[in-house]
Amino acid sequence: MEALTTLPILLPLLGAAASIGVGRWRNAQRIIGIVVLSAVTAISAVALLRVDRDGMTAVAIGDWGAPVGITLVADRLALLVLVAAMVMLLAVLVFAIGQPGAESHHVGFHPVYLVLAAGVALAVLTGDLFNLFVAFEMMLMSSYVLITLGGRRDQVRSGMTYVIISLIASSLFLVAVGLIYAATGTVNMADLTDQVAALPDGLRSGLAVLLVVVFGIKAAIFPLFFWLPDSYPTAPTPVTAIFAGLLTKVGVYALIRTQTLIFPEGTRPGELLLVVAGLTMVVGVLGAITQYDIKRLLSFHIVSQIGYMVMGLGFFTVAGVAGAVIYIVHQIVVKTTLFMVGGLVELRAGTGEIDRIGGLARLEPVLAVLWMLPALSLAGIPPFSGFIGKLALVDAGFEAGEHAVVGISLAVSVMTLFSMMKIWSNVFWEVPEVQPSPQAEESTALGRGLMVGSTAAVVAVSLAIAIWAGPLHDLTIRAAEELLDGTAYRAAVLGP
Amino acid sequence: MTTLMAITAGVLFAAGTYLLLGRQLSRLVIGIGLLGHGANILIVLSGGGRGRPAFVGNGDADELADPLPQALVLTAIVITFGVMAFLLAMAFRSWLLNRDDDVEDDVEDRRVAAALAEEDPS
Repeated sequence: MEALTTLPILLPLLGAAASIGVGRWRNAQRIIGIVVLSAVTAISAVALLRVDRDGMTAVAIGDWGAPVGITLVADRLALLVLVAAMVMLLAVLVFAIGQPGAESHHVGFHPVYLVLAAGVALAVLTGDLFNLFVAFEMMLMSSYVLITLGGRRDQVRSGMTYVIISLIASSLFLVAVGLIYAATGTVNMADLTDQVAALPDGLRSGLAVLLVVVFGIKAAIFPLFFWLPDSYPTAPTPVTAIFAGLLTKVGVYALIRTQTLIFPEGTRPGELLLVVAGLTMVVGVLGAITQYDIKRLLSFHIVSQIGYMVMGLGFFTVAGVAGAVIYIVHQIVVKTTLFMVGGLVELRAGTGEIDRIGGLARLEPVLAVLWMLPALSLAGIPPFSGFIGKLALVDAGFEAGEHAVVGISLAVSVMTLFSMMKIWSNVFWEVPEVQPSPQAEESTALGRGLMVGSTAAVVAVSLAIAIWAGPLHDLTIRAAEELLDGTAYRAAVLGP
Repeated sequence: MTTLMAITAGVLFAAGTYLLLGRQLSRLVIGIGLLGHGANILIVLSGGGRGRPAFVGNGDADELADPLPQALVLTAIVITFGVMAFLLAMAFRSWLLNRDDDVEDDVEDRRVAAALAEEDPS
């Protein structure tokens, strides 16, 4: 079990090193990337099954015991997010190999991509706050490189916004870690549960809100989301897809982890989170409705959907947190898929402006199907994964008696459907209209096959989530119970 | 000493925040650097007051300075250093592309400005 917990972090890092070594041979880099990510996917799936059967495990790195040393904790929530993330990283890597551009033109793509994978794995598995900071830095550092890959003028402009806002968030995170250490004398999350409970109320609320702001910037919740729709769309398609699927969700994951584990019941900022969640949903979807570029439109939807997860967390009930967890898994899959299809549309039509595209349903029927399924899923139409997530959240909301925010979330679903249909009617219906694109001429039949194949695979994954919704829901309920209770976590890390 | 360091951290945060409010990239880079230093000093302070070095020689454990924040701050300094290097490279790239130190308006700003100009040509 020790190996199963550490390998998801170690393998991508070693792979990144090897990938730099064979930088001259792009095919060797590709093989390393795919082998490593497949192995990590398999390992995390096995670990999830074992943890679900035997309970969570904690590993003390270098045999320095908690609370002094570095602890990795594999519990249900961490591994569930890890499995979803790794499947997407693998699918997007295949997509990137197929797409002419970012991957084939830059020697650094593969190593940096693997470091990103290691950062995501460390962020979900880590058991202490400072290590979480390091994991975020690994993820962000690679994302800085990936988002500016190519160094075009608009990329540098929007990349600058992204880098600076992330750095401010990182400084705040460091401040939060410093203040928490000064107040409690530990950064180990299991140890913090006891220490934070003993702090005076004002100090505890201050620390809780500081962490909400830090992870709120990373997760792009209202009013800290302005950087996201501006910076994501300029990156190459595979990069935008993986950012959209993973980075903000890891922010939400960290928010869930810290708010439930560290702060005891009755002192959690539930009201604040619910208000913020409602505003995030509404502002995000209104932004999306006014946009006419596929990637920008979808970027606003990332913001809007983050609101749903924060809402689930804000209830602070088992059902609510479980709903948030299902929603994270659903979003990781569906958001990545939508950006991949969006990239395929751009490649085929030569532009992302939906006014200037038309009739793709007749020209590319496969693409139309690949778009329609995740788009309906995002809006929450049964029987897709979005419906499962929304049902769990709405149910939890009524149970918690928070009717207002649930009502808002349902209204936002309708607006989401509206904006998805706007894309559908503009891009896939109407008179056929496409521009020739230089990138499309560069792409080979094999490359196209890889892109469409990987997109179809992730669409299948999102359908699988809907088919196995029952077992998944039970699993998230167990994960949420474990999270809100916290005794099992403490026992696993600190010993009985 | 602790009070003095705390004041230093505060001044660094204030100066860094002030610089971040400007539009010039060079100011932003320096501002980010100052914020990072402020945060690092705060972490050093979080271990409590001064003391003898840990892990060296023999002595009473109560007299030792807390080694954990020192380990943390070393990691943080290295990360800040790497990020600053990347930021400088990007600022340089931006200068090569634009020959201008100012941060450009984003897409939405330009769109709003264009819409206003259309509505009211005067």
